[in-house]
Amino acid sequence: MSETDIRAVVLATLKSIAPEIEEATLRADRPLRHQVDLDSIDWLHFLTQLHEKLKVEIPEADYARLVTLDDVVAYLAQACSSGVLASRRPIGPH
Amino acid sequence: MIEFKLPSMGADMDEGTLLEWKVKPGDAVKKGQVVAIVDTSKAAVDIESWQEGTIDELLLEAGEKVPVGTTIATLLEPGEAPPATRPARRPLHEPGEPVAPRGAPTDADIPAPTARRKVSPAARKRAQQLHMALDSVTATGPDGAVTLEDVERTAATAGAAAGDRLAAMRRTIAAAMERSKREIPHYYVMETIPLGRMLMWLTAQNAKRSIEDRLLPAVPLIKAVALTLRRFPDLNGSWRDGEFRAAPCIHVGVAISLRHGGLVAPALLDADTKPLAQLMRELIDLTSRCRAGSLRSSELSEPTITVTSLGDQGSSEVLGIIYPPQVALVGFGRIAERPWAENGGLKVMPTVTASLSADHRVTDGHRGARFLVELGETLQHPEELDP
Repeated sequence: MSETDIRAVVLATLKSIAPEIEEATLRADRPLRHQVDLDSIDWLHFLTQLHEKLKVEIPEADYARLVTLDDVVAYLAQACSSGVLASRRPIGPH
Repeated sequence: MIEFKLPSMGADMDEGTLLEWKVKPGDAVKKGQVVAIVDTSKAAVDIESWQEGTIDELLLEAGEKVPVGTTIATLLEPGEAPPATRPARRPLHEPGEPVAPRGAPTDADIPAPTARRKVSPAARKRAQQLHMALDSVTATGPDGAVTLEDVERTAATAGAAAGDRLAAMRRTIAAAMERSKREIPHYYVMETIPLGRMLMWLTAQNAKRSIEDRLLPAVPLIKAVALTLRRFPDLNGSWRDGEFRAAPCIHVGVAISLRHGGLVAPALLDADTKPLAQLMRELIDLTSRCRAGSLRSSELSEPTITVTSLGDQGSSEVLGIIYPPQVALVGFGRIAERPWAENGGLKVMPTVTASLSADHRVTDGHRGARFLVELGETLQHPEELDP
């Protein structure tokens, strides 16, 4: 899946949670949650949906790296290409 | 004979419009079963039966608006026979108006086999853009075709309805908050609580869980409030008719903000007895249903205290306004790393500022301060939050 495809999935997911957002005014290099007003539960829904759609594991420890829309897309692109696929079983403590 | 009355759906909601009955005469209902859906200024609410019985009569029709406390149905108690003669009551229909036999479907109730609807290409495209089901659109085009104008008109009506609800919710919140500040002498106490242990424990827990089961910090905070309240029954209950009544259960109302403005605070019922994973699931479910505008009457009527948690994006501190007739509200500001002095040294520690707004008619600041100290202590033993 190309980065363009991943960006489209991310934007569609974002819109399903915050239908009022306008792509044109969204700054992909600025903190996403402030711009779109996503609270903790919205954010969890967002990541859970991306996990389900892209079959990518997103450990909680990585949440801090996902600040801007660009961060999210780059993170998912790397995870998709390196084959860190979601396993059915939860991952044990590190 | 049991008179089923429209229950209170929170102190500030004094009337409701019946949207739909979920039962019909002759149906057996269990305690907690949803019998009707009623529209309020805040949401469509599933009205639950509070006792077991058999539906005898439904006294309200869809679209009718009545005050809270109005008898909307009668139930027969288990084993009770239906009355031979019914007491006279207001007819549901004007005399002379043809009335279909109740419960028996008429031809009009049975939808005609649906032929494929004619829809203009522009209308179909616009409906797709708006994520609108074409079934909801009244067609005015030639041969019953749905036109672009039909789609736009339906969208505008729906938008106006949403706007009405927003305005109604604003009025509802205004009424409750005015009443609170008019009637409740608030006092406030605050305490900064270190969360290092709790968050480390939570991280270890979450590492074992798949993404959909991970716990948000709000969940242990809510559970800790509920557990601490067991030792502070004077903060958990309601002020009615000039006196405080302690509640027998701990139902924690959680303040949930809605995307387009407004606020609802439905309850996590018996929050002190539930495992964290279950509270998390219920919190997500409650949030989704709040935002979709579909809540249950028990969730709206029964909070015995409210918690507002600003999560990781909000302000550093919050002092809430008590939701009447409750007598306390616990506010959690943003969890963040802050300087923390301990044993003569300074370190960086994730902390949260907890506040208690409480009703001075029931408790005093000394008692409130003790509650916050014990809440902080409860949060230092996270493994005990999930027995």
